[in-house]
Amino acid sequence: MIGVVFALSLLLFFWLRSLPGGVVSALLGERATSASRAALTEAFGLDQPVYVQYLKFLQRASKGEFGVSTGVLPGQDAFHIFLVRLPATIELSICAMVIAIIFAIPLGYLAAKRHGSTFDNGTIVLSLIGVAVPVFFLAFLLKYWFAVQTHTFPVSGRQDAALGCTRTTGFFVLDGLLTREFDCSADALRHLVLPSIALATIPFAVIFRICRASVLEVLDEDYVRTAEAKGLTIQVIRARHVMRNALLPVITTIGLQTGGLLAGAVLTETVFNFGGLGSTLFQAFTNRDYAVLQVLILAAAAIYVIVNLLVDISYAVIDPRVRTR
Amino acid sequence: MNRPSSSLNPMDNRKRRIDELAASSAGPRRGRTDPASGSVLVVDDAGTVDESPGVSLIASAWRRLRRDPVFLVGAGITIVFIVFAIISPWLAPHDPAAGLLLDKVRTQSNPIPGPQPGFPLGADDKGRDFLSRLMVGSQQTLIVGVLATVIGLIGGLVLGILAGAFGGGIDAFVMRVVDVLLSIPSLLLALSIAALASQPSQWTVIIAIAVVQIPVFARLLRGSMLAQRSSDHVLAARALGVKPSAVVFRHMVPNSLGPVIVQATLVLATSIIDAAALSFLGLGNPNDDAPEWGQMLGRSQTYIYDYPHLAIYPALCIILVALGFTLMGESLREALDPKSRR
Repeated sequence: MIGVVFALSLLLFFWLRSLPGGVVSALLGERATSASRAALTEAFGLDQPVYVQYLKFLQRASKGEFGVSTGVLPGQDAFHIFLVRLPATIELSICAMVIAIIFAIPLGYLAAKRHGSTFDNGTIVLSLIGVAVPVFFLAFLLKYWFAVQTHTFPVSGRQDAALGCTRTTGFFVLDGLLTREFDCSADALRHLVLPSIALATIPFAVIFRICRASVLEVLDEDYVRTAEAKGLTIQVIRARHVMRNALLPVITTIGLQTGGLLAGAVLTETVFNFGGLGSTLFQAFTNRDYAVLQVLILAAAAIYVIVNLLVDISYAVIDPRVRTR
Repeated sequence: MNRPSSSLNPMDNRKRRIDELAASSAGPRRGRTDPASGSVLVVDDAGTVDESPGVSLIASAWRRLRRDPVFLVGAGITIVFIVFAIISPWLAPHDPAAGLLLDKVRTQSNPIPGPQPGFPLGADDKGRDFLSRLMVGSQQTLIVGVLATVIGLIGGLVLGILAGAFGGGIDAFVMRVVDVLLSIPSLLLALSIAALASQPSQWTVIIAIAVVQIPVFARLLRGSMLAQRSSDHVLAARALGVKPSAVVFRHMVPNSLGPVIVQATLVLATSIIDAAALSFLGLGNPNDDAPEWGQMLGRSQTYIYDYPHLAIYPALCIILVALGFTLMGESLREALDPKSRR
């Protein structure tokens, strides 16, 4: 697991150094004199061989220093930028996953229960359309209808600056609850609605389909038939016999989808100008901000690894067979 | 025992299961693949059990696909799209690269010429006929989708076969690389690869999307090849003294291709969507003489609030085509899955 992140840091380092343009051109522009270029190159240590740069990077990274941003917020510590932008993306991801899960699992169960019905086919086609619509286009449609045309929800950003809310944790919804400025929380939630719906479509579609397939498989099992034959109530069968078994692959999928949310966040955050990791990542790419890119991509991989670990742990909680092994 | 292919309510479902139980206690359960010979016991609609081992997985899959409305719709969209993409240059009323309405473009007041005689959808910001661009756009879209999928497929095949055929150290190494690639969200990976090129072009887009697919294909192939390493038919081939390369390429790879082909149809859809996303993030093909839907959608963002039709038409085309490929892929997956055979 840690090996994956380590290997990625190596790969990433060489890869970023091979990006064309580079930080010096990005900072100084095309017309810079060769003298000022050389000075800056030396200041960043870019004149040394790549492996020396990498070893230095590792040495500093182990002390928690990831370098200074050159493009996104020039002069700021890259890791600091990451920490500041992280809460926005966590808020957005949690909302999106909650939306995806509360719709996907019940619908998946119902679709499997009514296998072959119009409801089943309808929800499947709906989920497939969800996958087929480009995320940023959906985000634009939502923004166009619900924000620009009808003003039901705010157009962009995380919170209305006019409210003058107090910042404590960086999680705007939580901040409002902690400082008892409930209108701040409500406003932050209203800002979250459209981006989370846009971000939720793909996880919804994938979780729904896995849930449906998994429930379908479990419904055919002998132990469900036995439970039915014993005359257990439908609630008990559903909770203890069907869902508990069917949820295992669903949880894996939820984990994988959570790890991949950052990709969708790049698009939705850019559309809604949300100021989280996704839009930061995009800015870092356009500005060739190595330090920020390294932190963000490593963080994405680390999140993926951690989520996988959580999935494994949740297996042990749900599946007694895993525990006894 | 003549039953509809799908049961409509829970009662039917329960009856069916009881029927099955009865059938299985009386004789071999239907639809089970005999692992040794690969032969299948098939129950046709009249309920007679056909025990001849001649029905292959593909034949029985085709039999069900032919009547599956989901597959027919998906395949219909796909075929129409491919045929249309090939003949579109002859159908388009105007040259998609020629700025025929350039004199109607007013940078300040009206950057997008509206519909007018001969130009039912108007023109884009460079005065080019929008309808013709949409029609001809199908061609580049198809090319991007197919090339990205094929390159990803070839890369995945090479890695997957290496890992699945040799096992051991090579397998461990290849799978580490695949894990690392998989741990980056797919669009981020595509973004980083597209950013590698100093001058973005159609090819950088295609390669960026293709590389993202390689680990997925490699994993799929390796998984099903590893499962076969110890299976009876491979053992039999080895015992007969078949050359190792022939065992891999004639016995293991063909048997592993089913899920890979299904994945390829699904990837066709996602690569068209990803091309649009790259274009939206400014990493698409900057040369738009040969239009592509993703590029058209990505570039329409400048005018999206005033002229949403510039985004909506290419988006609808992408959604329809992606839906077609996905419907086809999903029904293929279901049909080729031995577990879902009944």
